[in-house]
Amino acid sequence: MPDQQPFEQPGEPRGPVAGTGTGGAMDLAASEAAGLAPDPGGPAPGGPAGRPRSLWSDAWHDLRRNPVFLLSALVICFLILIALWPSLIAPGNPLQCDLARAQDGPRPGHPFGYDGQGCDVYTRTVHGARASVTVGVCATLGVAVLGSVLGGLAGFFGGAWDAVLSRITDIFFAIPVVLGGLVLLSVITSSTVWPVVGFIVLLGWPQISRIARGAVITAKQHDYVQAARALGASNTRILLRHIAPNAVAPVIVVATIALGTYIALEATLSFLGVGLKPPSVSWGIEISAASPYVRNAPHALLWPAGALAVTVLAFIMLGDAVRDALDPKLR
Amino acid sequence: MGRYVARRLLQMIPVFVGATLLIFLMVNVMGDPVAGLCGERACDTATAAQLKREFGLDKPVWQQYATYMGNVFTGDFGTAFNGQPVLELMSTAFPVTIRLTLVAIVLEVVVGVALGVVTGLRRGRPVDTAVLLATLVVIAVPTFVTGLLLQLLLGVKWGWVRPSVPPQATLDQLILPGLVLASVSLAYVTRLTRTSLAENRRADYVRTAVAKGLPRRRVVVRHLLRNSLIPVVTFIGTDIGALMGGAIVTERIFNIHGVGYQLYQGILRQNTQTVVGFVTVLVLVFLVANLLVDLLYAVLDPRIRYA
Amino acid sequence: MRAAARAAWAAGAVAAVLALAACGSGAGPAGGSVLSSSWGDPQNPLEPANTNEVQGGKVLDMIFRGLKRYNPRTAKAENMLAEKIETTDSRTYTITVKPGWRFSNGEPVTARSFVDAWNYGASLRNNQKNAYFFGYIEGYDKVHPASGTQSADTLSGLKVTGPRTFTVRLSQAFSSFPDTLGYAAFAPLPRAFFTHHKDWLDKPIGNGPYTIASYTKGAQMYLKKWDAYPGPDKARNDGVTLMVYTDSNTAYTDVLAGNLDLVDDIPATQLKNVRSDLSGRYINSPAGILQTLAFPFYDKAWNTDGARKVRTGLSMAIDRAQITRTLFRGTRTPATDWTSPVLGTDGGYQAGLCGRACEYHPAEARRLVREGGGLPGGQVRITYNADTGSHKEWVDAVCNSINNALGDDHACVGNPVGTFADFRNQIARHRLKGPFRAGWQMDYPLIQNFLQPLYYTNASSNDGKWSNPQFDRLVDRANAETDHTTAIRLFQQAERVVRDNMAAIPLWYQNGSAGYTDRLHDVALNPFSVPVYDEIRVG
Repeated sequence: MPDQQPFEQPGEPRGPVAGTGTGGAMDLAASEAAGLAPDPGGPAPGGPAGRPRSLWSDAWHDLRRNPVFLLSALVICFLILIALWPSLIAPGNPLQCDLARAQDGPRPGHPFGYDGQGCDVYTRTVHGARASVTVGVCATLGVAVLGSVLGGLAGFFGGAWDAVLSRITDIFFAIPVVLGGLVLLSVITSSTVWPVVGFIVLLGWPQISRIARGAVITAKQHDYVQAARALGASNTRILLRHIAPNAVAPVIVVATIALGTYIALEATLSFLGVGLKPPSVSWGIEISAASPYVRNAPHALLWPAGALAVTVLAFIMLGDAVRDALDPKLR
Repeated sequence: MGRYVARRLLQMIPVFVGATLLIFLMVNVMGDPVAGLCGERACDTATAAQLKREFGLDKPVWQQYATYMGNVFTGDFGTAFNGQPVLELMSTAFPVTIRLTLVAIVLEVVVGVALGVVTGLRRGRPVDTAVLLATLVVIAVPTFVTGLLLQLLLGVKWGWVRPSVPPQATLDQLILPGLVLASVSLAYVTRLTRTSLAENRRADYVRTAVAKGLPRRRVVVRHLLRNSLIPVVTFIGTDIGALMGGAIVTERIFNIHGVGYQLYQGILRQNTQTVVGFVTVLVLVFLVANLLVDLLYAVLDPRIRYA
Repeated sequence: MRAAARAAWAAGAVAAVLALAACGSGAGPAGGSVLSSSWGDPQNPLEPANTNEVQGGKVLDMIFRGLKRYNPRTAKAENMLAEKIETTDSRTYTITVKPGWRFSNGEPVTARSFVDAWNYGASLRNNQKNAYFFGYIEGYDKVHPASGTQSADTLSGLKVTGPRTFTVRLSQAFSSFPDTLGYAAFAPLPRAFFTHHKDWLDKPIGNGPYTIASYTKGAQMYLKKWDAYPGPDKARNDGVTLMVYTDSNTAYTDVLAGNLDLVDDIPATQLKNVRSDLSGRYINSPAGILQTLAFPFYDKAWNTDGARKVRTGLSMAIDRAQITRTLFRGTRTPATDWTSPVLGTDGGYQAGLCGRACEYHPAEARRLVREGGGLPGGQVRITYNADTGSHKEWVDAVCNSINNALGDDHACVGNPVGTFADFRNQIARHRLKGPFRAGWQMDYPLIQNFLQPLYYTNASSNDGKWSNPQFDRLVDRANAETDHTTAIRLFQQAERVVRDNMAAIPLWYQNGSAGYTDRLHDVALNPFSVPVYDEIRVG
C-alpha cells in the first residue's frame, strides 16, 4: 500500500480545503472554504510566498495528483454505486435462503458460499452495502460535524463556553450505549436506517468533541494565531482559516476509524433488537451472525468483514490524503 | 492552576446530578421490571405488587429519585433483584475492572505509541503498511472473534494461558483480555500518534532541534513525541469510560464478572438501583479522567495555561 | 526532565504489572475427588419457594431432599422422605415422614419442618415467586389474596398431627398432588431458616447429600459431600465446585483446556465439533422442555375458525426436521405432541399426536393459509426477546421456512424485543398482534403440568388467553379422578382439544446437553437437564 510522499510544492499555508464530502471534518472545511475561497491570501506569517491561487484550488490541485486519493475516491464511488443499485452486480434475492445449504462453501453461481441460514453470502454482502455504507458515512459525518463544532467552540472560547459545553459532553458520556439504545430506539417503529444514524450521532459526538477541543486548544497557542489576532482578524476568521485546518488531523483520524466501528455498532443495536428491523441486510448483521461460527464456517464472516475493511481502508486513505493536502508543514 | 482545579471540581456537582437523573429516568422509561422476574409466566398480581412495593417502584419517579439519592449519600446503593446489595456488587466488580482497564491502557500507551512512532517515522514503508492492515483487521473483525480465536489458540491449543480468568483475576491473568479489550483503541492510538508525528515532524522546533545537532532519539522523544501526544492523551481520556463500562464482550469471553457485565445485566433486567449505582461511579471516573487530561495538556504543551 | 519523568512512570507501571502478576495465580479446584462444574448466578435468593430457574434449582437439588424425588432416569416420582402419603378422596392427604432424617446442622426433619416451610412459601409477605405452587392448599386465598393484605399467616389446610405426620387438605380434588411434591418449593426447612434468615441465605443449610462449604456470591460455591447424609443417594464424589460463567462458550473452552470438569450447556455454535473436541464425552439427553409458538387469542383476527386453519397452515410450513438438524444439531427433536418424551407413554406422552399438522407440507400449508383467509394483517411477526438465549437464529430459520413454503419473502419476519421484562410486559398487556415465542420447562414430570398452566382458562402461563370450555372440563375431571390411568387418559383427551384447535404450534422438544473431561465417569443429566451430581465419580 503506497503512502503519499510529502509534497514539496510551494503553496499557501494553512488553507482550508475542499473535501469530497466524505468525513465530517472535511465537510466542515469544505463549507467554510466555499465562503472563503474567493478571498486571496490572508495573513500568512512565515509562509513562503506562493502563486496567487486560492487555497481551495491549491489543495485540490495536490489531491488530484495524489494516487492514494484517486484510488480511495474510486473505491468509494464504487461502494456508493452498489449501495444505490446492488442488483447491478448481484441480481439474486438476499432474502432467499435455504437452510439445507447452511454454512456450505462456495459453488458455481455462489462464489462466497452460504451463511448459517443458508443465504447466499455474495448476494447478502453486496445488498448489505446500502445499510452499512449509509450508517457508516452518515453517522460519521453527523458525529464529526456536531462534535467538531461543539468541541471547537469549547476549545477556542474557553472559560464559560468550555465549562458549559464540556459538562454537557460529560453527561452524554455517562449514557451506556446499551441503555441508550434500549430506551431511545425501542420506541421507534421506523424501519429505515435513520433512527440508528441519529442514535449514533447522539451518543458519538462527545468523543470527537473532546478530540476537536484538545486540538483547538493546542492550535490556538501557535504564533500565527497570535499574529492574526494582533492584526485584528475576527474570531470567525481565526477559527476557520487558521485553527480549523491545523486542528482537523486528529478529527479525521478518529472519524475514519470510527466509521468502521459505527458499522459494527449498528449490528450490536440490531442484535439487541433495537437496530435495523428484520429482515434487514447489512454487513454488521452478517458479521455478528457469522462470528460465533468462525471455527466452522469462516467464509461467512470473511466476506462481509472484508467489505467492511475495504470501506474503512478507503476512508482512511482518503482522510490521509486530505490531511496531507491541508497540512502546510508537509509542503 | 489551583483555582482552575477547584472550579472544575465544583462543576462536577451539576454533571453528577444531571447524569444520575438522566440515567434514572431512562431506566424507568423502560417499563415495569417486575414482569421479567417470574420466568416464563406472569407473576401473580399480589406478589408483583408486593415486589414493586419492596423495590419502591410504586412511588412516583421523582420521589424514587429523591429517596435513592438520599440513600446514596448515606452510602446505601440499594439492592439488586437477586437480593445482593449493589455496594457488594460494586466492591467485587470495580477492582477487577480497574485492573483490566489498567492493563488495557498500559498496552494502549506502550504498544500504541510505539507503533505510532515507528509508522509515523517510516510512512509508506512496509512496516507502515503492515500496521495499517492490522488496523483494518482489528476494526473489521469483531472483538468477539479475535477474543474467541486467541482464547482457543493460546488457551487450548498451546496452553499458554488459562482460557478464562479465575475469580481473583490478577494482572497477569488479565493480559490477554486486556489486549483484546484494547485492540480497537490501539488502532486509534497508533494512527493518532502516527498522524500527529508526521504533522509535527516538519514543525519549526523540530527543524531547529535537528539543526542544533541533537541526537535523533532525543529529538524524537523530547520534542516530536511530546508535542504529538495531546490528541493521544485526549483520546485515552475519552476511552476510559468505554473501557470500564463497555467491556461487555471481553468480560463475557473471559468470564470476568466486572463492571461491564453487571451494568449490562442491570440494564437488561431494568434494575434501576444497579444501573444508576454503577453509572454514578463511572461518571466520577470520567470526570476525574477529563480533568487529568486537561491538566496534562499544560504539561505536554507549556504554552497552554489555565487561569 | 518531564520526558524522563514520563518514561519513569511508564516503566513503573510495567514493573507494577509484573510485580502484581507474581503474587496471583493458583487456587484451582480443590484436590481429592472434587469436580468443578459450570454454573450461572442465581437470579433470586436461594430460598426453595423463591427459585424459579435452573441455576438456583441446581443447588437446591444438591442440598435438599423432599418428600418425593423424581428418578433421574425415568422421571417417576418416588418416595424420598415420605414414608407414606395416603388419601381416600384425592383431597385430604395424610403424610408420614420417614424417621432418621436430619438437616446437616443436626436438626431432625419433622412434619413441622415441612409445614413451616410451606406456610413460609405461601405467605404473601415473603415475596416467594413460587407461592402459587401452594395454591391448591386450603386457605391459600387467606395467606396470599389476589389483592389487599393477607388475613392469615398460615394455611388452614396444613395440620401437624404428630412428630412425623401432617395432613394436607386441598381446596379441590387433585389426584396427582403427591407427584408434585418432588418440586424444590416443597422442600423442608430447618429452624435456622426462620431464626437466622440472613445467615441462612449467605450459606443455606439443607438435608441433601451435599452441604455448602463456602459461597462467594457471583463467583463460586463449593459444596462438600455430607458424610453423615442419611439418604440412599449418598454422593460418590467428595464435593462439587460450582463456578459461575456468564457465557457457556467460555465454560466449554475451559473444559477443553482442562480447567473445568463439566459444562452442562453446550453452546449451539460448538455442536458441530463437540464430538471430536471431547472424543465422545458428550451427553445429549431429553429434558422436559417444549418450545412452541403461542398466539394472541385476545386478538379477534386470531380467534376465528379461519385463523385455526392459518395456524395449522403455518405449522405445516415449518420444516422442523431441517431446523433441528441444521441449527440445533440434534439437541432438539421435532415435536409431535404438546407434552414431552420424558413423561414416557404411561405418563401421557403420545408421539405423533399432532399428525400431519406438525410435518412439513408446503403445498398444503399454502392451501390452508389461503382457505383460512390469508395471514391476518398480511404478515406474521414472531415476537421474541433478544437478550436471553439465541432465539434470533431459530426465529429467522422458522420465518425463512414459512416464507419459502408460502412463496412470499415477507410472509414472516422476526420481531425482537430488547429485554425479557419488556417481552413479558408486552404479553401481559396484550400488545402482541402475532405469534410469540413460548418455552415451557416442566416443574414436575406430569402431563398435567404441560397442559393446565398453559391452556386452562386464565391459567398462570396462558399468555395468549386461549379458552375452551371442553378443555377446562376435561382437565377438571382428570384432576378429580383418583385412578391414575383414567386421569392420564382424560388429560390426553384434553390435549386432543388443544390439537384440534392448534392452540399453540409445537416446535421441538429440547434436550439437555453436557460435556466433561476424562476425569469424570457416570455423568448423566436428569429430565430437568441438571447433572446428577451425586452419581458422578471422579478419577
